[in-house]
Amino acid sequence: MVLMNNVSMVYENSGMVAANGLDFEINEGEFVFLVGPSGSGKTTIIKLLTGEVTATDGEVYVNNFDLRSIKARKLPMLRRTLGVIFQDFRLIEDKSVYENVAFAMRVVGASNKEIAKRVPYVLELVGLEGREKRLPQELSGGEQQRVAIARAIVNSPSLIIADEPTGNLDPVKSLELMLLLEKINELGTTVLVVTHEKELVNSFSKRVIALNQGSIISDGMDGYYSYGIHE
Amino acid sequence: MGITVMGFMNKIGYLFKEGFRSIAIHGFMSFASVTIIIACLVIMGSFSLLAVNIDAVIDKLESENEMLAFVDETYTQNQAMALEGELTAVPNVSKVKFITREEAMSEFAKDYENNSLFNEIEASVFRDRYVIYLDDISLMADTKVQLEQVKGIADVSAQLDISKGFVTTRNIVGAVSLVLIVILFVVSVFIMSNTVKLTTFGRREEIAIMKMVGATNSFIRTPFIIEGLTLGVIGSGLALALEWGIYTLITDKIMTSIAGSYVSVLSFNTLALPLALVYMGVGIVVGAFGGTIAIRNYLKV
Repeated sequence: MVLMNNVSMVYENSGMVAANGLDFEINEGEFVFLVGPSGSGKTTIIKLLTGEVTATDGEVYVNNFDLRSIKARKLPMLRRTLGVIFQDFRLIEDKSVYENVAFAMRVVGASNKEIAKRVPYVLELVGLEGREKRLPQELSGGEQQRVAIARAIVNSPSLIIADEPTGNLDPVKSLELMLLLEKINELGTTVLVVTHEKELVNSFSKRVIALNQGSIISDGMDGYYSYGIHE
Repeated sequence: MGITVMGFMNKIGYLFKEGFRSIAIHGFMSFASVTIIIACLVIMGSFSLLAVNIDAVIDKLESENEMLAFVDETYTQNQAMALEGELTAVPNVSKVKFITREEAMSEFAKDYENNSLFNEIEASVFRDRYVIYLDDISLMADTKVQLEQVKGIADVSAQLDISKGFVTTRNIVGAVSLVLIVILFVVSVFIMSNTVKLTTFGRREEIAIMKMVGATNSFIRTPFIIEGLTLGVIGSGLALALEWGIYTLITDKIMTSIAGSYVSVLSFNTLALPLALVYMGVGIVVGAFGGTIAIRNYLKV
C-alpha cells in the first residue's frame, strides 16, 4: 500500500531538509494518523505520496507505483488510486455539489450512466442527499468538506490521504468528519489523516506516526500526547 | 474503472461542453479575447490588403513596360513580319506586336507635331520593329540578350533601369509586408496567450484540483483549446466582416476621388476568399496556441 524506505527530501531551492531517513509502511485497511508540529515534514510526506515532489534519496512505493522512477505521464494513473482531501476543501466554485463529485469520475472516463448511479450513492453515504444542486459557497464548511470526501471516495480509491481535513471546522463537525472517515475505513479503504489536532487524535484508538524536524519520533497505537510533542 | 466506448463519447462531449461553458462563464475575458483577435487581424489584414493592392498596381505598370526590337534595315517588310514566330518563342516573351516603319513614323510625328525640326522626316529613317511584352520583368536583361541573338534583329531597346526600379520596389514592399505581418502575428499570439493566461490564472486552483483527482494533461488542456479555437473562429469571422466594411468604405472613397483616375483598386470580392482563409487560419492558430501556451505552466504539478 505505502512503503517509505530510508526516504530523505531536501528542497533544491532552499536547501531545507524536509524529510530525513523516513521508514514506515502502511498496510491495506489501516487507519493512520500522521502528526507533528508545523514544519515537521507532514506536507512533504503528502507531496511525496501524491507525486508532487520526488524524494532525494530512498524508496517510495504507493499502490505498487515506484515514485522514485515514475514517469510524468503515469502520475494521473497513480492519483486515480488515491483520494485526497484538503484543509481548504478545494472544490470547483462554479460547479454544483453533484458536478464536483461527478467530475472525478469523468476524469477516469466513466459514462454518464455510471456517474448517475454512483454519485447519488456517495453523496448519501457522506450525508449530503438533497444538496446535489447547491454550489459550494451555499454550503457550510462541514458540508463542503463532505463534498470533498465524496469526491475523494467516488472512484473507490484504495488509499485516502486527508491533509488537515478538520482545520477549518469546529470541534463537533471535526469529530463528525473523523467518524465519517472511520466509517469509510471500515468499508475497506485505507485512510491516512495528517493533522495536529491532539484531542481529536487521542479520541480515536488508531495508529499514530509522529514526526519532528523531518524524522519519525514515534510510531504506535499509544496516542499523540504520550510522546510529549509540543507546538 | 475502465474506459468504455460510451465513457469515451461522454468524455468528448463533456470536454466540448466545458470549453463552451467556460466561454459563457468567463464572459468578460471571452469578450476581451475576441476583441484582441479582431484588432490584431484587422490591423494585419489592412496592411496585407494594402500590400496586395500595391503589388497589383506594380503588376499593371510592369505589364505596360515594353521593349522594342528593331528589325535589320536590309529586311523587307514581309521578311520582318516573318520574325514574329521566332520572337514569340523566346523564353519570357508573353506577346509581340509588329509595327511597320510607316506606323512608327506616324506615331513619332504625332508626338512631335509642334516641332518643325521633325516636319520633313521620312519613313525610311525608321525601322520596322516589334513591341515585346514580357512575363517577368525582372528577367528583362536576359531576354534582351536572347532577342538580340535572333537573326534579323539589329537592336533591342529596353529600359532596364525602370524594370530594375519596379523589381526593387516590389521586393521592398514584399519584404516590409512580410516582416510586418510576421511581427503582427507574433504580437497577436502573445496578446492572445496573455489574455488566456489571465483567464487561466483565475482557474489555476481548478487545474490543480483536476491534476489531483488524476486528470491527464490532455483532459485539462482540451477545454482550453476548444475555448481558444472557438474564440479564434468568432474573432476571425467578425474581423472579416469589419475588414469588408473598412475596405469597401476606403476604396469607394478612392474611386470617387481624383486619385481614382490614376490608380485602380482590387474589389473586396476577389480578395474575400483568401482573406477569409487566412483569417480563419490565424484565428485558429492564435486561439489554439494561446490556449496551449497559457496553461502550460499550470500543468507542471
